[in-house]
Amino acid sequence: MNIKERIIEAILFLCSAVCILTTFGIITVLLIQTVQFFSEVPIKDFLTDTQWTPLFADKHFGILPLLTGTLLTTAIALIIAIPLGLSIAIYLSEYASKNLRGYIKPMLEVLASVPTVVYGFFALTVVTPLLQHIIPGLAGFNAISPGIVMGIMIVPFVSSLSEDAMYAVPNSMREASFALGASKFQTAIKVIVPAASSGILVSVILGFSRAVGETMIVALAAGQQPRLTLDPRVPIETITTYIVQVSMGDVPRASLEYKTIFSAGLTLFVITFILNNISYFIRKRFRAQYE
Amino acid sequence: MNNESIKTIKDNAFKGWAIFATSVGMIMLAILLIRIGMDGLHRISLDFFTSLPSRRFAQAGILTAWTGTLWIMVTTAIFAIPIGVGAGLYLEEYSKKGKWSSFLEINISNLAGVPSIIYGLLGLEVFVRYLHLGESILSGSLTLALLILPIVIVSTREAIKTVPNTLREASYALGASKWQTVWWQVLPAASGGIMTGIILALSRAIGETAPLIVVGALTYVPFVPKTVLSSFTVLPIQIYNWASRPEAGFAVNAAAAIIVLMLITFIMNGMAVYLRNRWRKNVRW
Repeated sequence: MNIKERIIEAILFLCSAVCILTTFGIITVLLIQTVQFFSEVPIKDFLTDTQWTPLFADKHFGILPLLTGTLLTTAIALIIAIPLGLSIAIYLSEYASKNLRGYIKPMLEVLASVPTVVYGFFALTVVTPLLQHIIPGLAGFNAISPGIVMGIMIVPFVSSLSEDAMYAVPNSMREASFALGASKFQTAIKVIVPAASSGILVSVILGFSRAVGETMIVALAAGQQPRLTLDPRVPIETITTYIVQVSMGDVPRASLEYKTIFSAGLTLFVITFILNNISYFIRKRFRAQYE
Repeated sequence: MNNESIKTIKDNAFKGWAIFATSVGMIMLAILLIRIGMDGLHRISLDFFTSLPSRRFAQAGILTAWTGTLWIMVTTAIFAIPIGVGAGLYLEEYSKKGKWSSFLEINISNLAGVPSIIYGLLGLEVFVRYLHLGESILSGSLTLALLILPIVIVSTREAIKTVPNTLREASYALGASKWQTVWWQVLPAASGGIMTGIILALSRAIGETAPLIVVGALTYVPFVPKTVLSSFTVLPIQIYNWASRPEAGFAVNAAAAIIVLMLITFIMNGMAVYLRNRWRKNVRW
């Protein structure tokens, strides 16, 4: 092997090492700032205080209001996305003709490619006014409207991954079920869905992780008022919105307020990290079940 | 009613529901497009593209926003394409199956799931503060390049996997070295798939808002960026800024800017789909 070949291999190796460096960088940056943050604010306050008011004179640093805000919008999104996404997946995999699949799948891809700030604008200017006609007392900023729109946004993620899983179930299982007199629907629910369950679970977990980290929809339509509530009609604030809010303002670098976005960011990172690893594990563990 | 007919009814009911579920997304997309078209289309004129942002909504334009988006797209591509394709090549052609490659793989899968705003925090600390690049186009594009790297790597690997081994063996048989084989045979054969992935990744990058806000892109930039160290804004941030203002006139501006952004996104996605189909059709091993 000559020198040139070796140099090229080394360069390509460095390219792949950038990924490791990125992960390392993210964890380091978040940890350093968060450790500094915890030298000024006790961890116990961070985890148990029920108020989050770092930008006010009376400062409280409890992450719970931001966390419930995040989980509330996420839960609403999943309530929309799971039934819709799975129904679409079953339909495309078990009912639709090959031709129809060919039309619908690219359209769902279009839905997934719309920039999130556009969805946010839609939630704020179309969905919220519409919901205000239906739900009396709904505030201009609330959790339900961005939650619903976020649900629509993650439908393509849920449907495409779980459809792949269902499509991969071997035909012999369908034929066996039909031979026993089962209808298409019975086959889908009792044979295909259980057989594809690990893939479906992965799709739901990834949708969950998407919704937790989603920023612009909630930043535009959910409000900027951290409050500990499960009421979807009032303004709330999510972790991501808080980071945007501070970034848009003039918070001096190295101040305690500046460090709060990193401690909030670390909380977000830990949640998505756990979710992503669970889904990675399931994918590795249950792959090639039928091969 | 006997069992058979209940079964048929259930089957048809589900079919109806599933068709409804499938169309919900399409209907939402249609409402979204129609609504934004009605709001914003009349606002689009040459002036809208050549005017600076303004406090008066009737005079405000997207000159700094679209030039910023263009700058960001080009500079992000310059960083993300060589590194992403290089990493994909390394993983498929060079690395041996082992601890390092599975560590890399779990890493990439994790990075793909990290929320975009977290990349913003990384960029803010590393590029803006530590490397003193400031709240510049360079900081923004480096951040976005890291963000789309997993997409480029994964699509590069998928494309390379489809290249049959016979091609490599033929090249080696003619005395080519490993790199000559990769550069003259594998890369050209996989180029369609790689291009598709790159375009999709870049279209994702230009739609991103949150990481650039965190890195410090401004909402009000009264000049067109001149160098990579200029401060900047991009279309999505301009849209966010206009959409979050209470005056109705700015919502019209936001809708008009959305039309421009969506057009760019759709054109890029259309190109990607076209390339993918053409590549699949042409390639017969």
